[in-house]
Parts: sequence; structure tokens; C-alpha cells
Amino acid sequence: MTATLEIRNLHASVDGDEDMILRGIDLTVKQGEIHALMGPNASGKSTLANVLMGNPAYEVHEGEVLLDGEDVLEMEPDERSRAGLFLAFQYPVAIPGVTLGNFLRHAINARLKAKDPDSKGIPIPKFARLMRGKMTQLHIDHSFAGRYLNEGFSGGEKKRAEVLQMAVLEPRIAVLDETDSGLDIDALRIVADGVNALTGPNMGALVITHYQRMLNYIKPDFVHVLYGGRIVESGGPELALELEDKGYEWIREKHEALLKVEV
Amino acid sequence: MAVVRRRSALPQAPSYRLADVQKLSDAHGEPAWLRARRMEAWEIYQRTPMPYLEEEWRRTDYRHIRWAEAERMIQPNGATSALVPAKNLEPLTGDEQGGLLVFVNGKLVRSELADSLVAQGVIFTDLRAALRDHEALVKERLMTQAVQAGDGKFAALHAALWSYGVFVHVPRNSTADLPLHVVCYNSAAGTAMGHVLVVLEDNAQATMQVEYASADGSEHSAYIGATELIVGAGGNLRYVSLQDWNRETFEFSHQRGVVGRDAQLDWVNGVMGSRLTKAFIEVDAVGAGANARVSGFFFADRGQFFDLDTQQNHNAPLTNTDLLFKGAARDNARTLWQGMIKSLPQMQRIDGYQVCRNLLLSDEARMDSIPGLEIEADDVACSHAATFGTLEEEPIYYLMSRGITRPQAQLMIIEGFFDELLQRVPFERVRQRLMDEIEAKIIG
Repeated sequence: MTATLEIRNLHASVDGDEDMILRGIDLTVKQGEIHALMGPNASGKSTLANVLMGNPAYEVHEGEVLLDGEDVLEMEPDERSRAGLFLAFQYPVAIPGVTLGNFLRHAINARLKAKDPDSKGIPIPKFARLMRGKMTQLHIDHSFAGRYLNEGFSGGEKKRAEVLQMAVLEPRIAVLDETDSGLDIDALRIVADGVNALTGPNMGALVITHYQRMLNYIKPDFVHVLYGGRIVESGGPELALELEDKGYEWIREKHEALLKVEV
Repeated sequence: MAVVRRRSALPQAPSYRLADVQKLSDAHGEPAWLRARRMEAWEIYQRTPMPYLEEEWRRTDYRHIRWAEAERMIQPNGATSALVPAKNLEPLTGDEQGGLLVFVNGKLVRSELADSLVAQGVIFTDLRAALRDHEALVKERLMTQAVQAGDGKFAALHAALWSYGVFVHVPRNSTADLPLHVVCYNSAAGTAMGHVLVVLEDNAQATMQVEYASADGSEHSAYIGATELIVGAGGNLRYVSLQDWNRETFEFSHQRGVVGRDAQLDWVNGVMGSRLTKAFIEVDAVGAGANARVSGFFFADRGQFFDLDTQQNHNAPLTNTDLLFKGAARDNARTLWQGMIKSLPQMQRIDGYQVCRNLLLSDEARMDSIPGLEIEADDVACSHAATFGTLEEEPIYYLMSRGITRPQAQLMIIEGFFDELLQRVPFERVRQRLMDEIEAKIIG
């Protein structure tokens, strides 16, 4: 069955705050599709990513998010992950003392235990083979697995670690939150190659980006523009090129009213 | 509402008498010099009041100890090593111990030393046997250079009444290349006064672990101990101490490393057990080029109180001391770390560092850290720090976003906090065991 992530009329704010950042998002992402979500600063892109993953710092006020018809908003972040959702963080947090390898082994074991409480977890040799294979595929040095998670990682290393986690956990729907930010062209190409290697019939992706340049490497099937907490334009790859050409100014002019009405 | 503790009642003293000292010394037929030292220590003990409001004691209230139970000297009562949990007896690395000494209720029940170490001239024995076989060596070093009777009330009591101990001696230019392992286990309640004396002569090397543990009990116990680590010029000692007394034990201990010229001491101190621990942990860098790394980890829960009082004494120029303590507290536990770096005047080009990192796991727990410097030289690099943190939601969310459950995420973050310290324990098997013990404390 093809996995489908449906976002319907989603309204959300920072937890405890009355001002809505998301003000009625409607979007459907299916396994095998690549959607690009673009938008100017403060349009709500990262909020959407975090609300989808269940970041407790945000609060949903209205609307629903369904994964294969299941209510995602009722799930804890770990349940969302085990259901097949993934978020590549814009700012991955450092966890001192926990190696990337150990962390991913626990993540796999959490999946096995959720299916079978008596599971002994993945055998270490099998896990080591899996990690080595994925790191080779993503041109990541094997010593990476032994480093403390994101601690002292460069911007590029953090993003590659996110893509590696995605490769190991094999989500059905992945959200990439500004994975291109802070990367030079070489690092961007490596990350994009990794994403391209993973997307396909088994994974759908929502690629959130401020700049069109990421889309030179990751070819989206659909492009959406987020502005004022809503998706105001949707189209094919040509929409991204138009934004590159004209910037976000025309979006602002065209949809300015949206902001005013609500305030 | 703040609880104001009334400090009207002075601490009770145990009811030891001079006759106890004489009786102990007689029973073992001790040499006259040792008997004289015990008597001198008894004098100091007698004229020193029970510590109470002195700076290093005023935050540590131990008046709830029931001396009537705790002061009775633990009797061996047919103790054997069969009483000791298997985990404490496991070899530190591989299948082979360099040496193993096991004490149960203060009685030596196992004593092993690899032939290769015997051939190196390594002495690894109980202190009683050392007094018989290596009297001159013991006389020269026992409570003369490191811990001394005048260090405090409990140091004096220990010097007067210590009843068992370990003596390690590695001769000049020798290397004990297999680890030495000591287990001090008590299966009965009462007082144990154990002593560890480690002497590395010039250019000698050794790696050693001492474990303290006791069976659960309902009566109060006391451990009034002393540890002396003396590292000669160019020597190198790696020393691990792990304390896991039962929850009725009050520990009052003095531990001191003395590090000679160009010598290294790498000392890891783990405190997990006891009801109350008051430990003085000090290093004296006494020769130019001496280098000491002092590491500590502690995890207090369910009413435990740990007070770790550290001091780094730079008594020679060009000395380097580096102290890192990391601890956690949960439930209503309380921990206190008081650190001090001192230098004598004119001790130039010294480098002293101390930091204590605290992880607070409940609203009822309390952790204090009080770093301090007393430097009487000007060409120095000395610094200190204390940090306090709680479990933050952001890293928990990050781990959960990969499918890891909340309890597991919390566990991983706490274990990660301790990992840096545990990596300083040079035995993989011991690290794993400590991680399991930390996990047991977290899960509670």
C-alpha cells in the first residue's frame, strides 16, 4: 500500500501562544512523491516540520494530520517515527556521550520492540553491516558511527548525519527541514545525492527550503509556496524556477491581504 | 516552606576508649613503633572535637548515625569469599587477574598474585602480612606522607584503630603489567576501618582497582577508612575506587595521592552507595612535573547524602592537576562537592583545573558545588567551574523523533552524561557494570 500523509486545515502556534503561525495548511504527500515547500523567512516552514514530528514546543489548535488514515496528532514523537515518519532537523541537537551508532541501534531496537515486546533487538554484527553499507552508500567515513551524536560536528556533518539516520531508519514519508542551509555546494551535492538515493517508490519527501538551489539537485514533482501560514501557490517544478527568477516579492504583493485580514 | 534545621544538639561521638587501641595492638602483636603511632593518634583523636560547624563540615549533618549500632567492630565470623557477589570478583580484564585480594568483614579470604608480578618484585598483600614481612617499608610510609592522623577527627580515629588493609609496593623501574584488584566486602553491620597503602617507587607503574560493597542490612554501619597513594618520581599509577556500600552505611574517609617529580596519577573515584559519605579526596603534587588527573562520578538517590571534598595541592612548581567530577541526584538525595586548588608561595608555572558537573533529576533533590582557589604564586593557570543541568526536553524530543521511547531517551541522555567519566575507567567490563548500575539507579 502506498503511504499517504494528509495535512488538513492545520492551525498551530508556539505552545502557550495565541498567535497562529500555521493558519490552515492543506497538503497531501504520497510515498514516491517529492514535494518542495518553499517560502520566505517566518512563513511557518519550520513550524510545520516540527508540528508534523510532534515537537512539544508547539501546539496544534485546529485541523488534522493523517498517516494512512491514522491520527498522527494523537501520537507521541516516537510513535510517529515508528509509524514511518521522519524529520531531518534543521538544527540537530548534540547529545554528549551517545554515539551515532549506538543511538541508531537503539532506534532500530525500539521499532523491533514495538512490534514484538520480547524482541532481543538487532544482533550487533547485523547492525554493523547495515551501518557500514549505508555509510558507504552516502560516502560517509565509517568512523562517523563512533562519534558522539552531533557533538563537535560541522554544519555539513550534522546534515549528513541526518541523512544517514534517514537511510538507516527507512521512513515512508520524510520531511527535510532546510537541509541545505549552512552547506557549501560540495556538501549540498553530497546531501542531495543521499536524498535522491533514498527517495523513490518507497519514500515520499517533503523538502523544505528557502532557496531554489537545493532543487537543482533534488527534482521535485510538486512545488508549494508557504506564506503567512498557508500554502498560497502550488505547481510543478517551474514554480521553483519562477521564484528563483522573481524572488518572493510577488508572493508578498499578491497575498499581502492574507496577513492583514487575520491580524 | 523552607526547612530550618535546628542545630542545637552536638554530634555524638562513638564510645571507643584507649583500652580498645591497646587491645587491638596487643591482639596482633604489633611492633612498638606502630603501637606508639596508634597512641599518638588516639591523643589527637581525644583532643579533637567531633566535627560539626567547621567550614568543611557545616553542610554535612551526620548526627542521625546510631553509633550504638555502627561503632561495633565488624567481626569476621567465619567469613569466606563465597559471600561476595560474583560481579565484584570478576577479573578486570580477560580471564586473568594480576592480583586479587578479597576481604570479607575485614578478614582476608583470598590472596592471589600472578607469578610474573612476583618475579617483578611486586608486593601485593594485606597490611598485616606486610607488617610482618616488609616492616621497614610499611613503617616508612604508613600514615607518614599521605594521610596523617592530624588530618581530622576521623583520620585520627582511623590511625588509632585501623584494623585491616592492603599494602602494595612496586619496586623502582618495575611495571605491574597486569591489574591489581581489591575487594572489601562486608556481610555484617558495624564499623570497618580499612586502609589502602600503595607505594610506587621511582619509575614504577601499576594499575589497580579497589571495590567497596556490603550486603543489605537494617543496622547502621560505619566505614572509617584511609587511602594513601604514593607515586615516586617518574612513576605512573592508574587507580580506580568504586564505593557501593549498603544504605545503612556512613562513610568517613580520607584519601590522598602524593605525586612525585614527573610522575603521573590517574585516579577515578566512583560513589554510588552508602547512606552518607563524607570523603576527603586530595592530591599533593610534590615534585616538579607531577601530573594528577582526578575524576569522580556519583549518583545519589533515595535519601543518600554525598559530600565529596577535594583538594589539589601544588607543592612544587611546574605541576599539573586536572579534576573532573560528574554527578546526578534524584528523589530527595543531596550531594555536595567542595573543591580547592592550593599552591604554596613561589610555585610558579602550575596548572590547576577543577570542574564539577551536576545533573539534577528531581525537584526534591539538591546539589551544591563550591569551587575554590588559594593561590600564592603569580605565574599560574588555575581555573574552576561548576555547572548544573536538568533533563531538557529538546534532546529528549530529538531521540524520540527516531522512534526511541521517552524513558529510553532519558536513560540514554543520563548515561551519555556519565560516559566521559566512565571512559576513564580502564576496564571495559567494569565500565559496562557501572553503566548497568547507573541504569538501575535511573530506573529506580
